[in-house]
Amino acid sequence: MIFELSEDHQMMRKLARDFAEKECLPGLEERDEKEEFSRELFAKMGELGFNGVVFPEEYGGTEADYISYAIIVEELSRVDASMGVTLSAHLSLGSYPIYKFGTHEQKTKYLKPLAEGTALGAFGLTEPMAGSDASGTRTMYVDGGDCWILNGSKIFITNAFYADTYVVFAQSDRSKGSRGISAFIVEKGTPGFSFGQKLKKMGIRSSATYELVFEDCRIPKENLLGKEGEGFKIAMNTLDGGRIGIAAQALGIAQGAYEAAVKYAKERQQFGQSIAGFQNTQFTLADMATQIEAARLLVYQAAYLDSAGKPYGKASAMAKLFASETAMWVTTKAVQIFGGYGYSREYPVERMMRDAKITEIYEGTSEVQRLVIGSQILKEF
Amino acid sequence: MNIVVLVKQVFDTEAKIVIGADGRIDDSNVTMVMNPYDENATEEALLLKERLGGEVIAVAAGTPKAQETLRTALAMGADRAVLVSDPALQSVSDDYAAAQALAKAVSELKPDIILTGRVAIDYGSKIAGRVAEILGIPQVNTVTRLEVNGDKAVAAREIDGGSEVIEVTLPAVFSAQKSLNNPRYPTVAGIMKAKKKELKTLTLADLGLDATMSGKMQIVGYSLPAGRKGGRVIPGEPGQAAAELAKLLRSEAKVI
Repeated sequence: MIFELSEDHQMMRKLARDFAEKECLPGLEERDEKEEFSRELFAKMGELGFNGVVFPEEYGGTEADYISYAIIVEELSRVDASMGVTLSAHLSLGSYPIYKFGTHEQKTKYLKPLAEGTALGAFGLTEPMAGSDASGTRTMYVDGGDCWILNGSKIFITNAFYADTYVVFAQSDRSKGSRGISAFIVEKGTPGFSFGQKLKKMGIRSSATYELVFEDCRIPKENLLGKEGEGFKIAMNTLDGGRIGIAAQALGIAQGAYEAAVKYAKERQQFGQSIAGFQNTQFTLADMATQIEAARLLVYQAAYLDSAGKPYGKASAMAKLFASETAMWVTTKAVQIFGGYGYSREYPVERMMRDAKITEIYEGTSEVQRLVIGSQILKEF
Repeated sequence: MNIVVLVKQVFDTEAKIVIGADGRIDDSNVTMVMNPYDENATEEALLLKERLGGEVIAVAAGTPKAQETLRTALAMGADRAVLVSDPALQSVSDDYAAAQALAKAVSELKPDIILTGRVAIDYGSKIAGRVAEILGIPQVNTVTRLEVNGDKAVAAREIDGGSEVIEVTLPAVFSAQKSLNNPRYPTVAGIMKAKKKELKTLTLADLGLDATMSGKMQIVGYSLPAGRKGGRVIPGEPGQAAAELAKLLRSEAKVI
């Protein structure tokens, strides 16, 4: 067992950190305040090869591993959690299912621009009545002869409105439950496909979140992803990998808040000394550092298993569960260390705490992660 | 066009310097980076290659760890790299020995252009001048603009209150100022390809140099600068406080 990053991974970290600090940090507060998505930053990431980092060169990727991917999302999120989730949703949710389940033609047409960074991807699974329970999908499709016809709507879709390519899940027959679900590739601009409300969020405010609306939306026959009825399997398989991205995002948020807290604790003077001089503060910082390190090992382990082609569902659920709860705890404590200033928008920990909360909710709530881990554990005995 | 770029691995500018129990600087917990001015030199080398064709070879002298900095140059786009690493060269601050080794390594590569940073930010060494002198070729330092035409190069360099434009015949050495260009990021693809590019390690013996070649300096010891003393606030009404300040500047600080 080697508990050290390779030289490549260290270079990836430096690259992603430099990019986050030099490109994402300027204007970050304004983007958060105005809830502004930056397509320009997404394009810049594409030029550096972040957007298709794990995919084959043949389809526009750079053939690095999932540890590189996790490190990039972590480093982006350490500075800008919205950029972290933009990349994670684009790569793990919007692009991965096409890579994993798409035909050569679908990959050439859709994955290549996604991986090269000229196109942005999104994933449409969640609906008002189908959150943790994806089998409750009510968006319906019918075979229209020379096309598929979609009707229904999706909510909470990350990257929506700005994204060019959407992987959308729909049901053919509600009595079939999860076996009636199929996945489709839908292009922005397809007649009958529009956007509803923009979601006003607590955190990750410069990540775009919209509703998708399908009204007799006709999709070419060749845009069925996988086989009919395979949608649920595709969704679950995709979410297993997506968890690594969100776990890495949570890890980065925690790391950013922890660094800010240590720096502030050393500067802030109270009762004639820096607050870092108080054992109470030191204990909090020690707990932060320890939890972050544990989260990091879980995240990289899940990423390693994914890269090695080994089962990683349980590991990614554990990583996502632990890293997101660590992010929430660390950012809350960081705000406490900053005191009144921490509650103010003048300091970054306020934003980090708002950003952290979503990591316990999306791509499987903490409760769903425990469910995944629990059922897996019981199968193993 | 054969372009050699000399790069040095240095402490990250934000690194906290710690002196170890052996009295030497402890680099075990320090992030090492490419000397920032060498990034400008590498960028210029790559721009020249894009314009004129040829090959960019990154060269460093240092410990085996300095390979990391050469990999960074390769990830940015250099074609191959040479590391001169020898126990006799471990004393990183001895510019004399480093320059001898680098000049020898460079001369074997038959470069038309040699680029490096104007100064290394760790020990303040300026290797460009030494290497040019050993090789007996022209040098232009603190370059802010560089144009190459055939076997001639025109470079603008910073001087007090202005700039000076100098024409030299190649081969020549140029040291880069920050404003020369804006160094590119390495890309993910660049990092992946860097692994497969040639990185040769040479000892002094490989270069035909005397391995017992000693430097010209001996480091006697290191000490950290004294910590900054706290400031002093003079209380009272502005007029009174100002009078008190003027008095103290005269009597205590003795600056007026």
